[in-house]
Amino acid sequence: MIWFLLRRLALTVPTFIMLMFVTFMMIRLVPGDPIEVRRGERGITPERLEQLRHEMGLDQPIWKQFLDYVWGLLHGDFGTSIVSKTPILHEFLTLFPATLELTFCAMLFAGLIGVPAGVLAAVKRGSVYDQTLMGVALTGYSMPIFWWGLILILVMSNTLGLTPVSGRVDLIKFYYQPVTGFALIDSVLSGQKGAFGDAVRHLILPSIVLGTVPLAVIARMTRSSMLEVLEEDYVRTARAKGLSVRRVIGLHALRNALIPVVTSIGLQVGTLLAGAVLTETIFSWPGVGKWLIESISRRDYPALQGGIMLIAACVIVVNLIVDLLYGLINPRIRHAK
Amino acid sequence: MTSRNLFRIALLASSMLIAGVANAKSLVYCSEGSPENFSPSMNTTGTSFDAARPVYNKLVEFEPGTTTPKPALAEAFTISDEGKTITFKLRPGVKFHSGVNGFTPTRDFNADDVLWSFDRMWKPDHPYAKISGGSYDYFNDMGMPDLLESITKTDDLTVVMKLKEPNAPIIANLAMDFATIQSAEYADFLLKKGTPEQFDQIPVGTGAFSFVDYQKDAVIRYKAFEGWAGKPKIDDLIYAITPDPTARYAKMKANECQVMIAPNPADLEAMSKDADINLMSQAGLNIGYLSMNAQKPPFDKLEVRKAIAMAIDRDAILKEVYQGAGQKAKNPIPPTMWSYDDSTVDWEYNPEKAKEMLKAAGVENLKTDLWWMPVQRPYNPNAKRMAEMMQADLAKVGIAAELVSFEWGEYRKRLQAGEHQLGLLGWTGDNGDPDNFFFLAGCDKDGKPAGQNISKWCDAKFNEDMVKARSLSDTEERTKIYQEMQKLHHDGVAWLNIAHSTVFEPVRKEVQGYKISPFGSHEFQNVDIAE
Repeated sequence: MIWFLLRRLALTVPTFIMLMFVTFMMIRLVPGDPIEVRRGERGITPERLEQLRHEMGLDQPIWKQFLDYVWGLLHGDFGTSIVSKTPILHEFLTLFPATLELTFCAMLFAGLIGVPAGVLAAVKRGSVYDQTLMGVALTGYSMPIFWWGLILILVMSNTLGLTPVSGRVDLIKFYYQPVTGFALIDSVLSGQKGAFGDAVRHLILPSIVLGTVPLAVIARMTRSSMLEVLEEDYVRTARAKGLSVRRVIGLHALRNALIPVVTSIGLQVGTLLAGAVLTETIFSWPGVGKWLIESISRRDYPALQGGIMLIAACVIVVNLIVDLLYGLINPRIRHAK
Repeated sequence: MTSRNLFRIALLASSMLIAGVANAKSLVYCSEGSPENFSPSMNTTGTSFDAARPVYNKLVEFEPGTTTPKPALAEAFTISDEGKTITFKLRPGVKFHSGVNGFTPTRDFNADDVLWSFDRMWKPDHPYAKISGGSYDYFNDMGMPDLLESITKTDDLTVVMKLKEPNAPIIANLAMDFATIQSAEYADFLLKKGTPEQFDQIPVGTGAFSFVDYQKDAVIRYKAFEGWAGKPKIDDLIYAITPDPTARYAKMKANECQVMIAPNPADLEAMSKDADINLMSQAGLNIGYLSMNAQKPPFDKLEVRKAIAMAIDRDAILKEVYQGAGQKAKNPIPPTMWSYDDSTVDWEYNPEKAKEMLKAAGVENLKTDLWWMPVQRPYNPNAKRMAEMMQADLAKVGIAAELVSFEWGEYRKRLQAGEHQLGLLGWTGDNGDPDNFFFLAGCDKDGKPAGQNISKWCDAKFNEDMVKARSLSDTEERTKIYQEMQKLHHDGVAWLNIAHSTVFEPVRKEVQGYKISPFGSHEFQNVDIAE
């Protein structure tokens, strides 16, 4: 197992170097630079532009800028944001828990509903339930996130008053300093009555919105995977042995059917970590997706570069965990490796 | 004391506490983004200025809702006869916020704080000059390094500012956010602690609210401070950072915030009908215009520029692009600004005449570019649509315009370099002084267009007047000159004025005393919430 882990980790090194190089170059290929973008209508004289570019090191040859960046990275320095002048790692670590919390809740929502729905659809194949569910899943998959978020706010918050519109906490009723950055934990640590419930209420809509597409994917994948597994000899044997339907499906079929689903969940988590931009924007969720998009519009090169590298590291870790889970679910894979 | 008595006291104390919390008045303002930092001297964006403004004061400040500077930290100021020396008499007994970031001030505000704040932007050897990047854009853009001769103190409550030449707009300039006064003692405190960069992240000032907490992309909290101007009517001021305008409106409806920035134009009608919302509006201190590059043929010919001015149907643009929320512009300065010349006769929309004028100028089958900004601005809510409408209008007079756009920074740079023939841009005023608009069409002493003059239009008389007006302190005299300059601008078609947009700000009905700022800034020191 340790060798397997080490081998997987070693494989990530060239991936990282390539990623670092490609993102570094691509970011700088985008027209405009941080100084010009910041100036707007006011403009800037060519002399002052040169002076500021020099102060930021942007007048150096690009290969030198790259080597400086790599050198800094090797020393654990992800650079400093051009806009806020704070270290990238600090900014990332401040915002990442919010994204992680939202991603976790969205995946929980997607998994808890998607897997049973998929299993039920497979078991009742061809029924009205199956067709309805797959229709709904297709709709969910093609749902425009922005529209979906706004509709939910309009109905759930503005019309029914069931959930807050956006943010992570009721700003008037509660005030606590972030300790872990996870609102669910910080609200408990604050010791304020009702804070945890408030944090949960704030998570409901963004989790549903972010979890809608993964839910659709998981439901569809569980269904097709289950259908495949239900045709297998060992399932037929289990049935022939007279095992209960619940045992056949739950133990024999589902465990094997989950293997591709787990892979899909791993990939989805990777996408959500960096791709929750729209959800974070609609729900004023202070996460890394929105931060990265703002960094693009402000041409905050160090924030963008550092953010991408750190997200990539997280995605790689998630994929590693998925590989390990694979082994746990399916011993054949574990032994083969 | 019996346990029953103890219980009673505890109950009383907790109910008093609860009553205190319940009685605390909080106002939540839905802002649109995170500030870069909390030092206005280093910032350029309205979002950052808005975040720092509750904490600080300036020597002079704009009367809320107006463009008139009034005394603030300076309780009075005098300008010498030759206009080159300004003496500020500072307000005595002004306290800085105490307890923020472990700092307890040992003295009141005085001249050292004024000197410290200006020197940081001006003197490269200042201990804080390079902290947090050390870029003081506004100070440089307003020409302060070239203008200032010296800033000295004669005593703790008197500061003398000497200028190299008379400059009438200087008082308005000093009411701008870049001229915020910060605490020299707090700066020293942090320097000794070895954390000077915190100076720009955890602000200490003399303003109506003291800083409590900032969580990036989420919230900024302030609490009321009983300072020199008295205690604000609200106890807690909270900025809920809400980037999406539709979400901001939803929060307003749910009473999660009571004031919001920048409504979505599409929501304005619904807002105006919403019983819970008071949709405030004011003529914006801005101008959207079409620049015609006077250095590129055929736009170097006055007749051609006049023909273009008559070929474009600005009424239709006002209806379609501004959705009626604006006013057709005939001068480069908005009508709310002093010295506005209402006698200017605007260009009529007359494509037939425009066609004849083009023919007379020898221009036929003209092909041109027409640049549109890739961003939405208060003075131009939809530049692409505007450019498309202009393209159609120009086609009617035989001009084929090709639409061009670039990334915003690149767009601005190329316009400044004069790469365009026709290009859309605009301006929002900084300080309410007409000079702050006229300089956009100014040229330097050698007759070369200055940086912001993207039309590259140079008129010797216009420049002479502009310099002269700056040297005068008499408003009546300046008004005469500025009215003359408006005539020159119009007759020379320095650019085609399109519109001054209306600025909207929705506030909840419970909000009292809120005033829209002509500068698009947000201030809460006089705001109250009805019980």
